[in-house]
Amino acid sequence: MSAKKTTRRLALTLLLSAPAAALAGAGSGWGLLNLPEGVTPISREAYDLHMLILWICVAIGVVVFGAIFVSILRHRKSRGVQPAQFHESTAIEVVWTIIPFLILVGMAVPATKALIAMEDTSNPDLTIKVTGYQWKWRYDYLDEGIGFFSNLATPEEQIYGDAPKGEHYLQEVDNPLVIPVGKKVRILLTANDVIHAWWVPALGGKKDAIPGFVNEWWVRVDEPGVYRGECAELCGRGHAYMPIVVEARPEAEYRQWVAQRKAAAEAEKAAATKTWSRDELMARGEAVYRKSCAACHQANGEGVPGVFPALKGGRITTGPVREHIEIVLRGKPGTAMAAFGPQLSDVDLAAVITYERNAWGNDTGDVVQPADIAAAR
Amino acid sequence: MSTATTTHEAHHHDEPPRGLKRWLFTTNHKDIGTLYLIFSLVMLFVGGIMALVIRAELWEPGIQYVDPQFFNAMTTMHGLIMVFGAIMPAFVGLANWLIPMMIGAPDMALPRMNNWSFWILPFAGAMLLSTLFMEGGAPAAGWTMYPPLVLQTGEAFPFLIFSVHLLGLSSIMGAINIIATILNMRAPGMTLMKMPLFVWTWLITAYLLIAVMPVLAGAVTMLLTDKYFGTSFFDAAGGGDPVMFQHIFWFFGHPEVYIMILPAFGVISQIIPTFARKPLFGYSSMVYATASIAFLSFIVWAHHMFTVGMPLAGELFFMYATMLIAVPTGVKVFNWVATMWRGAMTFETPMLFAVAFVILFTIGGFSGLMLAIAPADFQYHDSYFVVAHFHYVLVTGALFAIFAAVYYWLPKWTGHMYDERLGKWHFWLSVISVNVLYFPQHFLGLAGMPRRYADYAIQFTEWNQVSTIGAFAFGLSQLLFVYVIWKCVRGGQKATAQVWEGAKGLEWTVPSPAPYHTFAEAPEVK
Repeated sequence: MSAKKTTRRLALTLLLSAPAAALAGAGSGWGLLNLPEGVTPISREAYDLHMLILWICVAIGVVVFGAIFVSILRHRKSRGVQPAQFHESTAIEVVWTIIPFLILVGMAVPATKALIAMEDTSNPDLTIKVTGYQWKWRYDYLDEGIGFFSNLATPEEQIYGDAPKGEHYLQEVDNPLVIPVGKKVRILLTANDVIHAWWVPALGGKKDAIPGFVNEWWVRVDEPGVYRGECAELCGRGHAYMPIVVEARPEAEYRQWVAQRKAAAEAEKAAATKTWSRDELMARGEAVYRKSCAACHQANGEGVPGVFPALKGGRITTGPVREHIEIVLRGKPGTAMAAFGPQLSDVDLAAVITYERNAWGNDTGDVVQPADIAAAR
Repeated sequence: MSTATTTHEAHHHDEPPRGLKRWLFTTNHKDIGTLYLIFSLVMLFVGGIMALVIRAELWEPGIQYVDPQFFNAMTTMHGLIMVFGAIMPAFVGLANWLIPMMIGAPDMALPRMNNWSFWILPFAGAMLLSTLFMEGGAPAAGWTMYPPLVLQTGEAFPFLIFSVHLLGLSSIMGAINIIATILNMRAPGMTLMKMPLFVWTWLITAYLLIAVMPVLAGAVTMLLTDKYFGTSFFDAAGGGDPVMFQHIFWFFGHPEVYIMILPAFGVISQIIPTFARKPLFGYSSMVYATASIAFLSFIVWAHHMFTVGMPLAGELFFMYATMLIAVPTGVKVFNWVATMWRGAMTFETPMLFAVAFVILFTIGGFSGLMLAIAPADFQYHDSYFVVAHFHYVLVTGALFAIFAAVYYWLPKWTGHMYDERLGKWHFWLSVISVNVLYFPQHFLGLAGMPRRYADYAIQFTEWNQVSTIGAFAFGLSQLLFVYVIWKCVRGGQKATAQVWEGAKGLEWTVPSPAPYHTFAEAPEVK
């Protein structure tokens, strides 16, 4: 692109964006122009390739657009020029076929090397299975026997403009993926319902999570830190609401975290055997509902007409308890209603069903215990 | 050239019938071309309004105007309508108007089928749009219709599938007609290698259409049986494979990309020589490059799917094959530049759009080359970088070529010169706003914003706002385009037969406006 055109575009961008900048206050996003270099060997490979190809394109652009603009300035009728009549040259055609081909070969060599390195998931230090759900991620540490869901932590009030948006709006979760620094982590990707894609730019790229298939990816993070990403394959209404947060911690801290997780899992098992009070279930149920159900059925239980049925005064939520437990446990095939049996603990299921049967004026008075869920499974 | 009166008297029986019947029952290639062009203009605005809903919602983070489900329906419908309703029919309209006049034929080879291929379109389009009012909302799984997500569509689902069938049917019949016309009805002396490039690019495009539209029809039919008849083509739980849909879809989808751009190459190859007053450089290499691109388009499809987890060998093959496309595409760009070089150029509106096409399409080509590099694509894939890329090739590429074509041939169609001053205004407003609209999307994608997002993290706000400002400016600028056409149809300075000083070709030998029937007797081509 010629200098003139660039200046014009730049001036215009600045002119048009002045009010936008005023609205946005600090305007911190203006500097976000390029791919992040990232913190893994893969991300650096991708970044280097990106910059190489970008500069080659810029160089070709300068030559080609330069020729166009020289031609526009000099070879115009208003300057009184007579048009030349040349219209063929096999030699030139051969030249501008061969030269681009050689440039492409020059690009293909480093690209091939990078691709081979990226696809080498052998000899990992640990393996984590990542499962995409509508609309959250589940992380299973295959070597440690721990697993948990990772839900969006941004409150709905921020999404609908009833509260100011936080710094990490839509890029925060309740349970981040924690990995040790300096270890090769193999990521196995799959999905429970539809296709998702797991993308953390600082970790070098993305892979699809496909139901019924297992994909592989690997990361080795060299610096401790928090790295944020998102789902990159359209997966329905909540596509923008299933972020990824990866925390890379030093080995010792990582071990400590694993121990805590295991202890918490034991406590959860114990909780399933006791009898819960209605208030306890309602309080827990509301939290579970917000995380797992509100994305479709809405916080007020009214759903989205024609797409997601209302639970407020709904046929299932005010009908027989057994049918309610069935549909939550096993889902409804052919719709977005997933089977929550494999996703939630007996306590969470009991709590959320109790909540749904008593919130928003449903007032059935039913209390569902973890033992009822265990019996229905 | 005879005067209007004598033409009228001499060809009284050639006058078109009046009223609605003329348009409903017409078998005249010019009438059908006009119908196609009007239909695509209407669809351009329908799809454009959907784009503005998208851009308005993306003005700032949070949900402001529409539910995310409806937002997804907007991105889906915008894509389907722009591809199948605006761009493709516009090029078929140009083909109908121009191919018979360019090769010296009296009409298309199959005029009744021509009527039918057009009249399917409004019904298919209406069926697609009617889904907006259905229980469960319009299709919201993306224009690519990937299962399993698309199978969650509500009542709209069968309507989506059948409208795609109908649109495909129309395209296939249009393509058959174009091939039959070009191969059988050229004037004596009009050998294949003397055909204008627009005719050549359409001949190749028509073969692409016949090859891939049935593949799309097959893919969506399998979706239909998966949803209603218990098959599991794309369901892993039943032994199927959701990725297989993507392979089949993109085996259609990649040639589809060239279906939308090859005729644009043809248009640009007509316009640049006219306003450079110099013959097209490298005519035969242009033909070979077009054919090479068409061939390569069949063996690169999986570059749309680098992240699905293909074997390394597959990724390497599709990366190399995709990179190769840069060679013939480069040849085309170099030939256009060489055509301008040492010409005597003037810059009427068609030429302005043509020059902008060469520059901006090349920018889209550069980002395409970057996307071809699989290891880097793992970052770019499904981000706004991709959105920026395909809008550079489809809007500043295909759509700008359509604008250029309309300005270039409008005097031939209407007999009047369009308002040059307003045309230039339309150009400058469009070319500036379109870059404000799409250029920042490169930044957004690289910084990590995925496409098809109804809501986004706060650091993406600034460039999204720039993009939205550009979108509304670009959208509103197109009202000027409609006004210029309207004004030109109503009247204006009388156009000569040749219209443009440097114009060459058979269509410029007939009077302006072109009589209802041209070349009843075949012209002699030297």
